[in-house]
Amino acid sequence: MSYLFNTPDQRREMLRTIGAESIDELFQQVPADCRLARPLDLPPALTEMELERTVRSLAGKNVAGGDRVCLMGGGVYDHFIPAAVDEVVSRGEFYTAYTPYQAEASQGSLQAFFEYQSLVCRLTGMDVSNASLYEAGTAVSEAAFMAMRVTGRHEKVVVLGSVHPEYRQVLETYLSNLKCELVVVGTHNGTVDPADLKKLVDDRTACLIFQHPNFFGCLEEPEELCRQARSVGALSVVAFDPISLGILRRPGDYGADVAVAEGQSLGIPMQYGGPFLGIFTCRNEFVRKMPGRLVGRTTDRQGRPCYVLTLQAREQHIRREKATSNICTNQGLLALRATAYLSLVGPQGLKEASELCCRKAHYAAERLTRIPGVQLAFDRPFFKEFTLRCDGGVEAFCARARDAGFDLGPTMRRFGEAVDEPLSDALLVAVTEKRTRREIDELVAALGGLEATAVGIPALRETQLG
Amino acid sequence: MDLNSLKYAKSHEWISVQGQTATVGITDFAVKQLTDLVHIELPRKGRTIRQGETFGEVESVKAVSDLYAPATGEIVEVNEALADDLGVLSDDPFGKGWMMKLKLSDPSSLSGLMDRAAYEAHCADESEHA
Amino acid sequence: MRNLLATQPLVELAHPGRRGCTFPESDVPPRPLDSLIPKSQLAATACELPELAEPDVIRHFVNLSTLNMSVDTHFYPLGSCTMKYNPKRHERLSRLPGLVDLHPYQIDEAAQGMLAILYELQQMLAEISGLPAVSLHPAAGAQGELTALLVAAAYFHDKGERRTKVLFPASAHGTNPASAALAGFECVQLDVSAEGLVDLEELKANLDESTAVFMITNPNTLGLFEPEIARISRLLHQAGGLVYVDGANMNAILGITRPGDFGGDMMHFNVHKTFTGPHGAGGPGAGPIAVRDFLADYLPAPVVIREAGPSGKALYRLSVPGKSIGRMRSFFGNVGILLRGYLYLRTLGAQGVKAVSENAVLNANYLMARLADVLPTPHGKRCMHEFVASARNLYKERGISAMDLAKRLLDYGFHAPTVYFPLVVAEAMMMEPTETESKETLDAFSDAIHKIVAEDPKFLHDAPHSTLVSRPDDVQAARKPILKWEPSAS
Repeated sequence: MSYLFNTPDQRREMLRTIGAESIDELFQQVPADCRLARPLDLPPALTEMELERTVRSLAGKNVAGGDRVCLMGGGVYDHFIPAAVDEVVSRGEFYTAYTPYQAEASQGSLQAFFEYQSLVCRLTGMDVSNASLYEAGTAVSEAAFMAMRVTGRHEKVVVLGSVHPEYRQVLETYLSNLKCELVVVGTHNGTVDPADLKKLVDDRTACLIFQHPNFFGCLEEPEELCRQARSVGALSVVAFDPISLGILRRPGDYGADVAVAEGQSLGIPMQYGGPFLGIFTCRNEFVRKMPGRLVGRTTDRQGRPCYVLTLQAREQHIRREKATSNICTNQGLLALRATAYLSLVGPQGLKEASELCCRKAHYAAERLTRIPGVQLAFDRPFFKEFTLRCDGGVEAFCARARDAGFDLGPTMRRFGEAVDEPLSDALLVAVTEKRTRREIDELVAALGGLEATAVGIPALRETQLG
Repeated sequence: MDLNSLKYAKSHEWISVQGQTATVGITDFAVKQLTDLVHIELPRKGRTIRQGETFGEVESVKAVSDLYAPATGEIVEVNEALADDLGVLSDDPFGKGWMMKLKLSDPSSLSGLMDRAAYEAHCADESEHA
Repeated sequence: MRNLLATQPLVELAHPGRRGCTFPESDVPPRPLDSLIPKSQLAATACELPELAEPDVIRHFVNLSTLNMSVDTHFYPLGSCTMKYNPKRHERLSRLPGLVDLHPYQIDEAAQGMLAILYELQQMLAEISGLPAVSLHPAAGAQGELTALLVAAAYFHDKGERRTKVLFPASAHGTNPASAALAGFECVQLDVSAEGLVDLEELKANLDESTAVFMITNPNTLGLFEPEIARISRLLHQAGGLVYVDGANMNAILGITRPGDFGGDMMHFNVHKTFTGPHGAGGPGAGPIAVRDFLADYLPAPVVIREAGPSGKALYRLSVPGKSIGRMRSFFGNVGILLRGYLYLRTLGAQGVKAVSENAVLNANYLMARLADVLPTPHGKRCMHEFVASARNLYKERGISAMDLAKRLLDYGFHAPTVYFPLVVAEAMMMEPTETESKETLDAFSDAIHKIVAEDPKFLHDAPHSTLVSRPDDVQAARKPILKWEPSAS
């Protein structure tokens, strides 16, 4: 077996040193009536070659990559990942290292996370970032918990209905066992009218949570929302899109107290849902109330600069039930991807990527809505994503696109009751910097718009659908 | 500070009573247990606090410890200087390291506290079982 | 050979005008940005990110990586972390097109290969745990714990029983009470024996109709299998409570015994420990849970189910359990990590899985025996996959602490074991060699320890001596935290 060492003679020698007759004797601690009396019922072992053949075949049954064009959104996107990012995270010293509790043995990771924290602060304009949380849904929930700790208000959290339904669902689950009221503010025309909040955000509110650009792709009024929260002593929590900060105003500049995000857009592949990156930033005054790991810079006993995990007394392994959170991991490898990505694109590259997303999305929206029966669901500014309605239903629309090799979505129906009823027959379309004008034109042609000028993209074959 | 004139709580806070007001801090035993102090959070002036209620926390590299009020009253003064220099707390926990001053509203609540001898015995007991 | 010029902070390596990644010109009709986005929403300036060329970025991170110890480079006997080898075929296969680039909202019909993999993984984890209903949703072990506790809460709520307490032994890992508190339960810590084993009388005294769950790690954090586990489970069940098994130590019992067989009702797996998910310097993980049939309805959404398709062929679908507690995170789960667990189990098969535990336990007992003369293990002569030695005698007699030993081991080219956990052992050194280490490595480690304990204690207090940095000032880092590049701190 590939990953084992002990040969029979070595096993005998070891047992002799231990003073046992057999390996079975070492398991004497396990009571006989608990012992499994049969082998586990698992599929037979595969050699590397057989494993590869099996998995390639299964991978082939998924509709992804290759010649297909991905215009799917909803928090995860087909953004470009430079090869150098993959190269960096392929270093065994990074991906097979453990949590850097022994600082002297982990300066590589510690410095990388410190640089991650630094870059994220520069990206967002916020004071401090942690070394990451699991993903955006838990980042939103952790922000709510922190707001409760900071304000001392444990009874009410207000969240806009234009926040990603799955982030709201996670928040609901996290609050379910606590005596806390979760108020969801209804949306108008794809966004929330700040005036609607005046009655709902009060001095019992721990925080106001919004997403910008929001789940529907639309821009909210972030400065006004932050101001409203502040006026009643509540914290403002914004879930942002990292790529959008190439052109949009930063959370730190419009006054957010806490800014969280799904960091998948920063050099992380889609992987059917994870692992991803929960970005978490906030004001300096909350640094001792923040969840998650923090890497700090200090000096060693000889005065040399070095990095360590700090403020650990707040974490679960020391604080136990009074911990700021129960989180035990940061998304180390994914934070490293984001760090490498941001290092490679720099300020100009981020701006370029961001502008391309915005321009191409608007081009696509314009062309798609010229197809008879297709309209934008909302008359609001958007960044790289928009919501469409179609006469004849979005399912049929999606299916036609799919047959022509284009993947759109998600449909709102996927989220059931978490998305308001009037929107149940709508669809998200996202356009990243990877999409070309030709692809967009061909999509439109396939859906019944103007003719495309070139050969189309291979259609979805019967076999690919299993 | 005459240590024998103080009253002590099981959670290692001390209290020094002068008529209606009292001064509160933590003992040298507590400070030693915490080792290197890194941060302290003290309450705001004007707050009313009940005996046994948490009035703040003190953090070391190893642990964060809650501070429990040894008596009931209104917080009339807080030692803001501690936040900037925790060395004062480690060096002089009974003097310059005081944390807050209370206007006692229920002096009878002090009766449950220990005197110096009882407190020293309590510490010896804790050390044995550590 | 290490290049310390390249490991300077990125912000110092940067120079205005440099760029790693450029994007093509826009191929759509140009329109001013402020005709697409309101001017008030646009940033006036670009983010202040450092400007670097690609070679600089590569040189920086590659050199940085050499400042780490890792499983790929060193022996890493951290207790309860299961630092086993990360097979490289997993890295190649999890990057296959069709797997790595599959959008999470792709419709079920277009993700049949992925769903088949995830479904099969659910089945395999059910078989290994002895608990039939599996959720692959939680992002990590700690989240798995929280998920299971919320499942328990929903279950009791449904039954109309008001159960508010979660019990756990003092030897438990910190995530246990932290998770219980997050789930809204009251935490009750129970004293344990010197071996970290459950005190049955303590348990009985604390069991009543308000007990919801007893959380137990088995083998426990001292690497000992709880001999009374069946009785403990019976007591809990008689009191109407549930038993939660923290699966961090599953590497000891794979194919030997199963939580479902010794009375557990719920458990979590750490795919990044037992099933080779790479640790990634702190994450990502994946923490699937397995529960009894009667709890299946409460599992978080979504789970993968299998149905007979129209042509009789298997059809896989995402499904929401009838009384689901909801979502614990966005999207399906940490699929990239789950995939690696799947690949591992498909590689090993039943025999291979059992051989993992047999060799893990053999290696741990061997190492324990070799160290016994200088680092005794207080709780006895046998252990499971890990053991907790104590440097207490060394400390008393020669002033050498567990921390000193840990730091000095770095000079000898070994990563230190876990120190000062569990709290019930003084000067604790928790060691888990895992099964992917050779006898030669264990002997070399033992030799190093023997050499170290004979060294001058003063020399040890200042260890490590050969690393780039030594004994960082934790106090300064916590007093005045510097958590990002500052202009003056360059």
